[in-house]
Amino acid sequence: MAAIKKAAAKRKVKVPAKAERQLSLIEVAPASAPARAAGVAPGKVTVKATAKALAKAKAARVAAAEPEAELELPVEPPAAAERTPRRRATAEQMAKGQREISISEFFTKNRHLLGFDNPSKALLTTIKEAVDNSLDACEEAGILPEITIEVRDLALDVRGQGELTKGEGRFVVIVEDNGPGIVKGQVPKIFGKLLYGSKFHRLKQARGQQGIGISAAAMYGQLTTGRPIRVTSRTGKGKPAHAFEIQIDTRKNDPTVVSDQEQKDWPQEHGTRVELEIVADWRTGQRFVNRYVEHTALSNPHATVHYLRPKQERLTFPRATDELPREALEIKPHPHGVELGALMLMAAESRSHDVKGFLQTAFSRVSAPVAGAILKNSGIKERLRPRELGEDRALAEKLHKGILATRIMAPSTNCLSPIGDELMKRGLVSFLSVIETEGPEAEDDGQLDLDSAAKKPVRRKGKAPEPAPPPELPPEEGEERIKGHKYFIATVTRPPKVYRGNPFQVEVGLAFGGSWPADKTIELFRFANRVPLLFQRGACGMTEAIVKTDWRNYLLSQPKGSLPVGPMALLVHIASVWVPFTSEAKEALAHYPEIIREIQLAAQECGRKLATFIRKKKQADYQAQRRSIFELYIEEVAGSIHRITGNSRDAIKRDFLRVAEQVTEADLAAEDKKLDEASEKLTRRPRRRDEEAE
Amino acid sequence: MRLDAVSKKTVGKIERLAESVIKSVKGRKNPFVEIPIRSLANVHFDKKKGVVQLGSQTQKRYFFNVAMAKKFMQTFLVSDACKELVESGKTTSIRDLYYITKHTIGDTRQNTFEEQDESDPIIEDLEVSLDALREELHLFASRKGSMVGPVTIRDSGDTIDLRRMGSGGWAVPSIVEENVVQLGKHEARYILLIEKDAVWSRFNEDKFWKREKCIIIQGGGQPPRGVRRMVQRLHAELRLPVYVLVDNDPWGFYIYSVMKQGSINLAYESMRMAVPSARFVGLSSFDKDKYELPMNVAIKMDDGDVARARQMLAYPWFADKRWQREIQEMVRSGVKFELEALSRRGISFITEEYLPKKLREKDWLE
Ligand SMILES: Nc1ncnc2c1ncn2[C@@H]1O[C@H](COP(=O)(O)OP(=O)(O)O)[C@@H](O)[C@H]1O
Ligand SMILES: [Mg+2]
Repeated sequence: MAAIKKAAAKRKVKVPAKAERQLSLIEVAPASAPARAAGVAPGKVTVKATAKALAKAKAARVAAAEPEAELELPVEPPAAAERTPRRRATAEQMAKGQREISISEFFTKNRHLLGFDNPSKALLTTIKEAVDNSLDACEEAGILPEITIEVRDLALDVRGQGELTKGEGRFVVIVEDNGPGIVKGQVPKIFGKLLYGSKFHRLKQARGQQGIGISAAAMYGQLTTGRPIRVTSRTGKGKPAHAFEIQIDTRKNDPTVVSDQEQKDWPQEHGTRVELEIVADWRTGQRFVNRYVEHTALSNPHATVHYLRPKQERLTFPRATDELPREALEIKPHPHGVELGALMLMAAESRSHDVKGFLQTAFSRVSAPVAGAILKNSGIKERLRPRELGEDRALAEKLHKGILATRIMAPSTNCLSPIGDELMKRGLVSFLSVIETEGPEAEDDGQLDLDSAAKKPVRRKGKAPEPAPPPELPPEEGEERIKGHKYFIATVTRPPKVYRGNPFQVEVGLAFGGSWPADKTIELFRFANRVPLLFQRGACGMTEAIVKTDWRNYLLSQPKGSLPVGPMALLVHIASVWVPFTSEAKEALAHYPEIIREIQLAAQECGRKLATFIRKKKQADYQAQRRSIFELYIEEVAGSIHRITGNSRDAIKRDFLRVAEQVTEADLAAEDKKLDEASEKLTRRPRRRDEEAE
Repeated sequence: MRLDAVSKKTVGKIERLAESVIKSVKGRKNPFVEIPIRSLANVHFDKKKGVVQLGSQTQKRYFFNVAMAKKFMQTFLVSDACKELVESGKTTSIRDLYYITKHTIGDTRQNTFEEQDESDPIIEDLEVSLDALREELHLFASRKGSMVGPVTIRDSGDTIDLRRMGSGGWAVPSIVEENVVQLGKHEARYILLIEKDAVWSRFNEDKFWKREKCIIIQGGGQPPRGVRRMVQRLHAELRLPVYVLVDNDPWGFYIYSVMKQGSINLAYESMRMAVPSARFVGLSSFDKDKYELPMNVAIKMDDGDVARARQMLAYPWFADKRWQREIQEMVRSGVKFELEALSRRGISFITEEYLPKKLREKDWLE
């Protein structure tokens, strides 16, 4: 306990992100995501947090993860780093009444919640857990990530020759990063113990949130192939690389180190390599992996991603910037986001002498006067001991009401790390450059129809060549030429906002035109904390926001209650210290009105840019066409007049062309003016609406 | 090749049109062709002369205008072709001209002209803007129309006796100007213009022209320019009155009115083609009673006919009371009659009784 506290304290002092940080790893209890989503923690239960409870926590924790029990079960308090988890009485009671469940049993029962429902999805989840960890680690350490993702089909020989596995089979997934590495002592627990991580107990924007992550993938591999996970890691130049093979003791949920060797000639100065042998289905699962990899490259323009697949050329997404994203900061919870149960837990844990001190230290934006106001509004005495609050539900409820009745400054929002509009743009450009040329899968059979959005850009290459466009125009403003196609790219990063005391920030980007099909529903790319969301598009709050936006204002067609139709990919990203998902699978954003509204505002802003562009472009196309018609006619007229008068044909042509330029330019200027006026009118209208809503 | 005076003048007009364009573009101006407007709004009825005349409104056809550019180009393709025709002393049909000027533009799939319907109006535009006749541009329209009668003419140097033309008659050429056709000896008392070929054949077979000493001529419906010009010359040079025999329907009235005072479309040629003193001898809306035509030979007017008739009531050249009655009677009764309806009274009723009686009783409209 003391060691943990010390470690926590150390972290508070802002240790430069290094491997030592791993010391702060702590055991966590499983959280119920809906509960987390609903605020910080549900508080349905009377809580008596005691050391005894903590000691017995392990068994209870496993039981608690049963989904059926979820609603009734207490959940961890908000993730302030300086607090340690306690078990709650109800959990304790339940633990007494239950036999110990093996972790493998738990895993098997909950595999759908964890993303291992079937061999295709398991492949994606395994890769995703490893890659998310690599990116998080690099970012925390301030390293520009270079990540290699490899999928090996074990049916092929060492040189990659042979028949690809059709359907289920054995595969090896390898993810290697140049991150800070993991200290030797921590490796077994991270990879050989479920529910063990560093990101759970804090309020900070990160990819991993639940500490289920990578060890679940290891578990899956072990259950399906019997093979241990292999981890190689090195923390720095002077230190040796260590290679481990770790098995999970599924009865005790503890790691068993199968082998541990120093590895002399590891080329990386620092970094981690994870290898898992799993049962997977590459043929149907690859499209999701491809999409995940592409989209990860898109939302992480600072990362270089190499992607190696069986029997295919290596694919590399080079980084689009050398700038690391702004560091995401850890924050204390905001009082308006705390729910009753969590408040009680926090109070029980508090080391402050009185409520006033508790409020000031446990929460952000609570100064002495604010704390005073809260107490006044709750009718609670300043001198009250926090512990009493933690034990008296009625008292706590009074305080909770008082908090909600008090005006408190919104939490600081500088803790977030958005992609940023400029980098989003660059991300889109390099994303389009790669997927365009080397479309991912060649022989997709389209069997796995989990997500209708899984269309493949590669197909577009095969379509009939379009009729030659009128004379080449230089790209319009905001237009990018990528692999012979022109895309209009617009991006918007909204200012940070708050829902339930949690800061969040929305970004929207779009790539219009190019080789996207004009008669299909747009592609919607969803991201939460830079992680692509690939499933449950229909259930996602982002989809709702885009569907609710009237894209006809922005010159796209849109069937009622649907996504718009047009040659466009739309990227939506939410960054938050706590992203509310609809379920543990973290596949769809919950429908919070504040968040939906922000997404809509960002989409509208992007839409306005798009409308201006489309209108300009249409005009420009028209002008070009028109000019070319004139040029053709000039040829004819000059010929006729030359024959009639005997004057030089070229001289006549030259004179005509000179007038042509002048005339069309004057026309253009006049039309531009008209256009700008029209677009301003259109822009003004929705904007007014937006402001009202804001 | 040496050009005659008329041809020289025509070539000069075409050249000046082209030069005006060169001057415009040199001066960095949008070049245009000025074309008198050929629509009802820009024609007026000259009461004194009794003809429809073109007003002074013109329209500028600019090159640098998306809607006009193609027509501008076509105007010069036609000009170029006409100049070549005139200079080489050849004459061709307007259909031929369409083929001469039609070609694909650049490497597109667009043609200079898609259909003859596109090139015909361009020719008319050019005629009015150059103030040159179609004949002066060495163009002729499709030929139709035949003529017989007690008259001798010379056509392109050949002497032709129109008393000996058999059943078909002399085919009236498109160009009947003095340099092509000259009029000779005759014994005719008047000219009868008949709308239809079939009815004309009855008159020819019955030797009506011999008996009545008249020239009979038909234009196969709306008479082409050659026929109209021929009637006008016969009228003017031989000082013969002109009678017009047409169906009793709005179209028939229209043919008469075109013969009498010119068409809207060719108003610029009215002076050369119109015979303001031409008389309408039938079929009148009142003939059905006068000549006891049974109702079963009547044809019901359709909506288009009625609308057309109503429109005619407003034409200044039908303002006369008797004409108003004539047209109103047609609208009122709602029926129309073809000339052939008279055959109900006997196959030669029209040549032996109807027309002689009409002329005798001076039962006509002017
Ligand atoms: N590639 C890696 N490099 C450095 N640290 C890692 C790496 N992978 C995992 N970790 C550490 O292991 C912890 C547990 O990871 P995981 O089980 O995926 O849970 P979570 O990502 O939710 O914290 C991470 O929080 C991180 O501190
Ligand atoms: Mg993780």
